[in-house]
Amino acid sequence: MAAFGLAFCAGAPSATAQTAYKAPRTADGKPNMNGIWQAINYANWDLQDHASAPSVEVDCGAYCAEPGGPGVVEGGEIPYLPAAKAKKEENKKNRMAADPEVRCYLPGVPRANYMPYPFQIFQSASAFAIAYQYDGAFRNIYLKDPGPAPADSWMGQSYGKWEGDTFVVDVTGLDDRTWFDRAGDYHSDELHVVERYTLSGPDTMQYEATITDPKVYSRPWKISMPLYKHTEKNARLMEFKCVEFVEELMYGQYRKK
Amino acid sequence: MNTGARLSAAVIAVSMAAAGAQIPRTPDGRPDLQGIWTNATLTPIERPSDFAGKPTATDAESRAFEKQDADFFNLYIEAGFEMARIDGVKRTSLVIDPANGKIPQLTTSPPQISNSFDSAEDRPLGERCLLGFGSPAGPPMMPVLENGNYQIVQTPDYMMILVEMVHDVRIIRMNGKHEPPNVRLWMGDSIGHWEGATLVVDTTNFTDKTRFRGASPGLHVTERFSRTDAETFLYKVTIDDPATFSRQWTMEYPFRATAGPVFEYACHEGNYVMTDILGGARKEDAASKKK
Repeated sequence: MAAFGLAFCAGAPSATAQTAYKAPRTADGKPNMNGIWQAINYANWDLQDHASAPSVEVDCGAYCAEPGGPGVVEGGEIPYLPAAKAKKEENKKNRMAADPEVRCYLPGVPRANYMPYPFQIFQSASAFAIAYQYDGAFRNIYLKDPGPAPADSWMGQSYGKWEGDTFVVDVTGLDDRTWFDRAGDYHSDELHVVERYTLSGPDTMQYEATITDPKVYSRPWKISMPLYKHTEKNARLMEFKCVEFVEELMYGQYRKK
Repeated sequence: MNTGARLSAAVIAVSMAAAGAQIPRTPDGRPDLQGIWTNATLTPIERPSDFAGKPTATDAESRAFEKQDADFFNLYIEAGFEMARIDGVKRTSLVIDPANGKIPQLTTSPPQISNSFDSAEDRPLGERCLLGFGSPAGPPMMPVLENGNYQIVQTPDYMMILVEMVHDVRIIRMNGKHEPPNVRLWMGDSIGHWEGATLVVDTTNFTDKTRFRGASPGLHVTERFSRTDAETFLYKVTIDDPATFSRQWTMEYPFRATAGPVFEYACHEGNYVMTDILGGARKEDAASKKK
C-alpha cells in the first residue's frame, strides 16, 4: 500500500513500470523495437473523450458509425487558443470534405501512429525506419542531426536519439495540411512534435507525443497511449494503396458520360 | 571432379573470400546492403542496333552514347549519369540473357493498355500515383530517368527497401512463405533468403494491374543482390512469365551508393494534373458536341 501511494504521488505510474522492464536488445545493445505495432484505441476518431455517434454517411450504417472512446490527451482538453477552437469545430463540421484522411493523403505525425492500421519498425545499428500500412506512409528517423528540414513535408523530418531506454524523436518540417483526428483537431506550420517510444513489456510499448504550436495552442500538450505488438505467426504489413479507392470520390465528376 | 576443376573451385572460393572481406557486414555476419543507393544509368534496357553483337562498349563508344543521351534527356539527367559499369566495363544493355540483349518475344499479342481520357482508371499508373512510372519499385526495380533513389534497412528477419517514387516501401520477409494465391499486391509478395553472400528475393502474387512490360499476374521475379565493394551492389534480376514471354530473361546492373537524404515524394497529394487532364478532356467533349 505504501509502495502504491509512493508511485501514485510520483504522478507517473507508467514511467515507474517502464523503468522496471528490461527490454531485449539489438546486436548493438539498444532496446529492440523491431516488430509490427498498432494502437488499439479510438484516438483517430477523436483525441479527446468522446461518446459514440452515428455515421456521417447514413448509407454506411453501423459500418461507419463512430465508436466512443476514452481520450488520450493528458489533462483531457487540447489547450486551443480561442480562434483556433472555432476553426477546429468548423473542421469537424466539414470533415468529409476537409479531413486529409478521406482523400488518402499522408497522415503526418503523430496521427500515423494511432490510425487503425499497423506499422512496422525496422531497427538496425545504422538505421531506424517506420513503414505504415495506411497509404504506404514512410518515415526515416535520422540518427545523426540532419540540420533544419529543407522544406515542409507530410510526414516531416524525424531525428531520433536514445535517452536511456527511451527513443526520443524530434519531428519538425511538418506540412500544415495534416490533421490529428477525424474530429478536426489541427495545427499550423509551426507544429513541433517530440515523440517518446519506450518498451514496457515483451509485446507492448508506451508512446507519448508532446505537441507544441504557439499559433494554435496556448501551451504545449501531450498525448500518451500504449502500442501493441502483433504476435500472430502470420502478422505482416499489407499494402493499403488507398489512392485507388479515392479516385471516384476525387475525379468521378470528370468521368466521361 | 578432376584435379583441375577442384583447383579452380578452390581459387574461386579464395578470391570470393578475399572480396568478401572488403565488404561491410551486419552483426550477424551477412553482407550489409544498407544505405542509400541509386540505379540511375544511361544504359538502355535493350541493346541499341549500333551496339549489335557488342555487350560492352569501349570508353570512346560509351562517351559518345552518353553525350547523345544527355543532349536528348537534358532536362531529366542528373549529375553523374553514365552507362552501367560492371567490373569497370560499360554495358550496352541491361538485358544480359538472351545474349542479343533483347527482351524475348511475347507469347501473346501485346496487352491493350488503356490510354484514353475517359476516367482516372484509364490513365497510366504513374500518372495516378499508384506506382512510379517505369517500374522503379517493381520488382524488377528499374532505372528510370529521375529520382532513382532507394534506402535499404536490413534486420535479420526483414529487408526494407524504400523507393523514392512514390514513397513505395517494399518489405521482404526473410525465409517466409508466400501469400495465398488470392492475395495480390501491387509490388507482389517478396520472400528473401541468403545463398552464400547473395541475397535472393523471390516475388509472386502480383495484381492484374501491375503488368510490368505487359506481364501477367503469374509473373515470377527473382532478384539477386550481391555486394561487390564499399560503393556498390550488383543487381541481377530474372523475369519469368511464360504467359507473356517466350522464355525467361535476365537483366544485370549496379546500384551505387549515393549521398542522401531521400526527400518525401508525395505524389498523390500534389496530383493536380489528373484534374487538369480529365477536366480538359470533358471540356473538349462539350466543345465538340456544340459543333
